[in-house]
Amino acid sequence: MATAAALVLFFAITMYAIFAGADFGAGFWDLVAGGTDRGAGPRGVIDHSIAPVWEANHVWLIFMLIVLWSCFPVAFASITLTMFVPLTIIALGIVLRGASFAFRKAVLNTRSRRRFGAVFATSSVMVPYCMGAIAGGIASGRVPDGGVAGDPVDSWVNPTSILGGVLAVCVTAFLAATYLVFDAHRLSDVDMVEYFRRRALGASVVAGVVAFAGIFVLASDAEYLFDGLTSRALPLVIVSLVCGVGALWLLIRQNHRGARLAAIGAVVSVIVAWGVAQWDDILPESLTVDDAAAPNGTITAVLVATGLVLVIIGPSFALLYALDQKGLLPEESVPEPTPNT
Amino acid sequence: MIGLVNLLGEINPVPWARSQMAFTLAFHIILVPLGVSWGAMTLIANYKAIKHDDKDALLLAQRWSKYMAVTFAVGAVTGTVLSLEFGLLWPRFMGQWGQVFGVPFAFEGLFFLTEAIFISIYIFGWKRLKPWAHFWSGVPIVIAGIFGSASVISANAWMNAPSGFTLNSAGEVVEVDPFEVIFNDAMPLMAAHMIVAAYVVGGFMVASVYAVGMLRGRRDRYHRLGFLIPFTVACIAIPIQMGVGDSLARWVYENQPMKFAAIELVPETSSDVPETLFGYLNDDGEVVGGIPIPGLASILSDPSDGTATVIQGLDSFPEDARPTIRQVNVVHLAWDIMVGLGTLLFLLSLWYWGTWIFRKDMPQSKLFLIIASSAGFLAVVCMEAGWVVSEVGRQPWIVYNLMKVEDAATANTGVWITFIAVLGLYTALGITTIMVLRGMSRRFRLQHEAGQPDDAEGDDVPYGPSAPPDSSHGDKDGEKVLTS
Repeated sequence: MATAAALVLFFAITMYAIFAGADFGAGFWDLVAGGTDRGAGPRGVIDHSIAPVWEANHVWLIFMLIVLWSCFPVAFASITLTMFVPLTIIALGIVLRGASFAFRKAVLNTRSRRRFGAVFATSSVMVPYCMGAIAGGIASGRVPDGGVAGDPVDSWVNPTSILGGVLAVCVTAFLAATYLVFDAHRLSDVDMVEYFRRRALGASVVAGVVAFAGIFVLASDAEYLFDGLTSRALPLVIVSLVCGVGALWLLIRQNHRGARLAAIGAVVSVIVAWGVAQWDDILPESLTVDDAAAPNGTITAVLVATGLVLVIIGPSFALLYALDQKGLLPEESVPEPTPNT
Repeated sequence: MIGLVNLLGEINPVPWARSQMAFTLAFHIILVPLGVSWGAMTLIANYKAIKHDDKDALLLAQRWSKYMAVTFAVGAVTGTVLSLEFGLLWPRFMGQWGQVFGVPFAFEGLFFLTEAIFISIYIFGWKRLKPWAHFWSGVPIVIAGIFGSASVISANAWMNAPSGFTLNSAGEVVEVDPFEVIFNDAMPLMAAHMIVAAYVVGGFMVASVYAVGMLRGRRDRYHRLGFLIPFTVACIAIPIQMGVGDSLARWVYENQPMKFAAIELVPETSSDVPETLFGYLNDDGEVVGGIPIPGLASILSDPSDGTATVIQGLDSFPEDARPTIRQVNVVHLAWDIMVGLGTLLFLLSLWYWGTWIFRKDMPQSKLFLIIASSAGFLAVVCMEAGWVVSEVGRQPWIVYNLMKVEDAATANTGVWITFIAVLGLYTALGITTIMVLRGMSRRFRLQHEAGQPDDAEGDDVPYGPSAPPDSSHGDKDGEKVLTS
């Protein structure tokens, strides 16, 4: 039962990473798109690409939190106590990001748009950094068991957390760029295809370099995780590497659909590798999944809810994406009806 | 660093955690009715538009969906903050009870996902989806809204009537019965009360905007519809709400006598208890001021026994297990406000229905429109007051009779900082939301006057959605949002 709950938890994390992660990454490209005129093209594609889907994507975070606190309440208490500061930044960042993105779409004057856009983009970088830092803190065993707080600073300002944060920003940017290449392609915007293709290539190289540097960081700062990654999780690390390189190659060959899938593969395998590497601990070296697990009744309820998510949300999500990708959800713009005369 | 930590260590986090939770919830709860009921009202307009080829109704539905996109986004992010706050502010509560309290949320997550997905399809699907397919894409929003709020309220109700778990001798939860947790004793009435409230408050909120427009002389069919649809929804819901509320009060009388004593301002157990309007308890716990209506509290609690009905007083509970005198006064005042405003809104609905029955039209007088234009605000105050009754009335318990708030809170002494940050951020968020909605409405109106579609771009906009092909328009006024 506990294992099933852990699988659901990682399923939610993975969904959040590959869907909402790309939305955060799009915010990164928004941030670096340059001045109002120069950035108009990329920002148009970004708006177009994430507007219909970001809220649905965002809900995976809530689902992840729900699974964590229902199935592993003690771990949740330890994490929230220890990671008070980065989690608060995440909470505030999510408010700023979501609201300013919605506001930017709703206003038309340039100055307000620029302001909302800046807030949206900055918080889009800040939030994944903090999430990565928290993951790093957990993975390097800095969250103690028993619903007590670990070190309020070192738990998220440490080599593994910095690695996690930077990697999260790079990976979301890479993921987003490969999605945006595809979206620009769909919009038949040749300039933007090239624009995001170059950035996807750059981001994949940077993410690769960070990941490579990460090997040394983990070896010295998070031995438990490092041992896992180099033993039972090694196949997944290799899959991730292959997918990353594959994405790079497919981007060069201008196979945008393939590149996007490869990028998703790379991200999914990294997350699963993390889980496998620290198995069967939920808080490495202090709390096992079994010990942390809630009673079976709770887990059953969560599994039922998850089953319903798969049955109901799966097709709905597919529908949303299918409609979006076919361009059936164009913009909020609506042809206005001619009034009765 | 250590000196600083010691200094901050003297600041008790509990009141700050309480304030932050109360403030963020009070903010979020204003968006909830819009999320739950606005979709239904939009679908009514949408149905009318397709069925009768009604262009005014179509324009209304389309604009409402655009406003909804903004309010839903703000609701989604403020809701996320709440779920993080469960851990940030109440880690010991979550560590102990998360496995029980979390069960209804698992289903809330499901419904919220559904709502988010279909709201996207609906909002973005106007142009390309076929009219009826598009209409049906909105239906899941309404259903998910109802079930989603039922799930959240189920968790809140569980805090009032905890059930569905087994504790071992160490007080740890060892067994959970999810069904018992979700359908705890307090859940059916509390959920019904909140869902109906969502329709009352959402209806009055949206209608009040158009009432203001009508007061300003925009008496065209578009504004009339914009008023009639939500106002009728609210006026159907409010009599139901009176009935549900009455049953819930009686449930509280039977199951949460302590909260009931606070509501009715009863310091000592007795029969023939008067219903005290206003008034408060002084430091000695005696009722001061107010207008007592002899015997009414007893009669309402159990009409079959009349004034002989005994109501337990605050004195029958140990002092450390009941609300403080200040809390009692807050609960009682909030109760008076809720019942008072609820009754006022009910009378307003009687006026509305009466005029429909006898004159076959809505009331046209200026006085009616003035009251109707403030009904949205009053309904929000009424709902907030009801929520205060429910939450403050449960004090000092976070889980009734099982865990106290002070034992649930974080020991993190930095909460006062996050509270101030949240206060600033949410104030800005609230003001900006209203400004953005008003700006949208002004833009719609100006563009209409200029004969352009809603999405026509200003000349100074370098990026953003491309303008759709121009279509012709008559002169019609837009609306004004949240003018009051």
